[in-house]
Amino acid sequence: MKNKSLLAKFASAPYTVWMCIFVIVPIALVVYYAFTDADGNFTFGNMTSIVEYGSTFLISLKLALISTVICLLMAYPVAYTISKMKQRRQSTMIMLVMLPMWMNFLIRTYAWMTILEGNGLINRFVRMLGGEGFSMINTDGAVVLGMVYNFLPYMILPIYTVLTKIEKSTIEAAQDLGANRLSVFRRVLLPMSIPGIISGITMVFVPAVSTFVISKLLGGGKTFLIGDIIENFFLGNTGTVNYNVGAALSLVLMILILISMTIMNHFDKDESSGGIM
Amino acid sequence: MKKALSFILSICVVLPILAFSGCGGNGDKITLNVYNWGEYIDMSAVYEFEKTYGIDVNYTTYASNEEMYAKVSSGAASYDIVIPSDYMIGKMIEEGLLAELDFANIPNYSLIGDEYKNLAFDPDNKYSVPYTWGTTVVMYNKSVVDPADVKDKSLDLLWNEKYSGQILMFDNPRDAFGLALHKLGYSMNTTNPDEWEAAAKELKKQKPILQAYVMDQIFDKMSSGEAAIAPYYAGDALIIQESNPDIEYFIPKEGANMFVDSMCVLKNSQHKTEAEMFINFMCNTDVAVMTAEMIGYATPHTEAKKALDPAITSNPVVYASAEVLENTEVFLNLSPEISLLQSELWTDIKKD
Repeated sequence: MKNKSLLAKFASAPYTVWMCIFVIVPIALVVYYAFTDADGNFTFGNMTSIVEYGSTFLISLKLALISTVICLLMAYPVAYTISKMKQRRQSTMIMLVMLPMWMNFLIRTYAWMTILEGNGLINRFVRMLGGEGFSMINTDGAVVLGMVYNFLPYMILPIYTVLTKIEKSTIEAAQDLGANRLSVFRRVLLPMSIPGIISGITMVFVPAVSTFVISKLLGGGKTFLIGDIIENFFLGNTGTVNYNVGAALSLVLMILILISMTIMNHFDKDESSGGIM
Repeated sequence: MKKALSFILSICVVLPILAFSGCGGNGDKITLNVYNWGEYIDMSAVYEFEKTYGIDVNYTTYASNEEMYAKVSSGAASYDIVIPSDYMIGKMIEEGLLAELDFANIPNYSLIGDEYKNLAFDPDNKYSVPYTWGTTVVMYNKSVVDPADVKDKSLDLLWNEKYSGQILMFDNPRDAFGLALHKLGYSMNTTNPDEWEAAAKELKKQKPILQAYVMDQIFDKMSSGEAAIAPYYAGDALIIQESNPDIEYFIPKEGANMFVDSMCVLKNSQHKTEAEMFINFMCNTDVAVMTAEMIGYATPHTEAKKALDPAITSNPVVYASAEVLENTEVFLNLSPEISLLQSELWTDIKKD
């Protein structure tokens, strides 16, 4: 018994060290910068200056929320259908879902740029058929599309995982007790898949709300998200480097994410039953 | 089964650590860290340097002076050579980030034209060796843009609503504000906050008709015909024209930015002598010719200019004449207050 816990400690040591160096220390630094000025004196000034960026926070939250909802609506049926397939088919389908992730995220987003452009693939095809081209790139819609495309697998996988864990007999029992297909879904499947949905939502919402590359490439630099502002403060693209306000913005963003995750977890009553988190 | 698994896992953890600790003494080969603009060198010159001198070059790129400055000044990364523009060199000299060069190691410096030496940002020319120079230009696609709209060579083209959705704009505040200030007839180095506010208003007015704010993507978007009008640097316009013959360009009559990008060695460089060797190598006539041909920017190298195709060196936009240059301005380092104002105004434009 004693040995085992020692082994467990030893085995988890690399991860603990990793987390300390690359998660705890950076977060402490963010907090430090957020509450100090350029000379290192304590101040609330950075935090209060954030009010200016309220509208940007709102746009970021709005786009992330829209993307998350679309992802959920698209992913659930897909995950459900896959979970009903024969075992071998399932592995193939899941591999197909993950296939795009083998390629770098930036390259895939660049690819969307050439697809959506005014002279891009879609418009060229439409014109070939005699239609009129339309503009898609450099709009909020294109940014949402980029988010949905990039983050969809993160919604499908956790939902699929919980769905496969649901025993067939549970559903049969419900049917035996007179439940029709709608009530089986509403009262058995859906409640039981909530942990997967929650992890899915978190895994899509968090990267979507903080992204800055997608808005730059597909939004044409005209849809400024909170991630863009933070990037600018750290890289000085606007002409001044300001770690302090950048850190304050990051901190607020983290707190917002934390709050939304807490609210989400509130719905997740049955914590023991999995999902990928 | 579990034991076997944990054994395999621990091997997976330990092995890479061992592997990394083993490669500390990698001979004594020196590595030079060169930090340059994107699409701004002929990589074969770098390989040749590595081969000739047995020095490794770690070559990385940046998209704006500000990005380079943020990395260098944070001290997070150590570079040996950077190639900033004029005003940024001034700023870096002021802040003590650059090393004084030992010109005994850079004999090829004598090949650089005198008109590019001792410029305002480095008055005694102690810190920098000119690499390229040029002006900003306005590019347009002649198959889309009505010749009447470009006849007067005005910056108004960038604000022309007729081409709504087909205009690109600089995605960095210094260049963007420079255009707007010139359009209003002000200096791009103005210290008057009201003029900056007025320029911001112009940029806000322009935003709805823009297709996008971009930097290096201008190459793709102008070559493919995705966009029809864009401001950029003269040398790049030449390269874009090669891939799309419909592209024409002009130096705006309201004035333009004249820039000189120079090679500098950072003060905290561990290999200053080797860095100077690299700079000297880049000033070899044949290497300077390669560079000029590859990136299309005007070279300050007198011998290289002679060796280049006369069709290039007679180009009135790339190698602008002295009279044209009289109507241009070089960026000066902005005061911290104006710099902050510019940053706030730019964020305000972008987030609306």
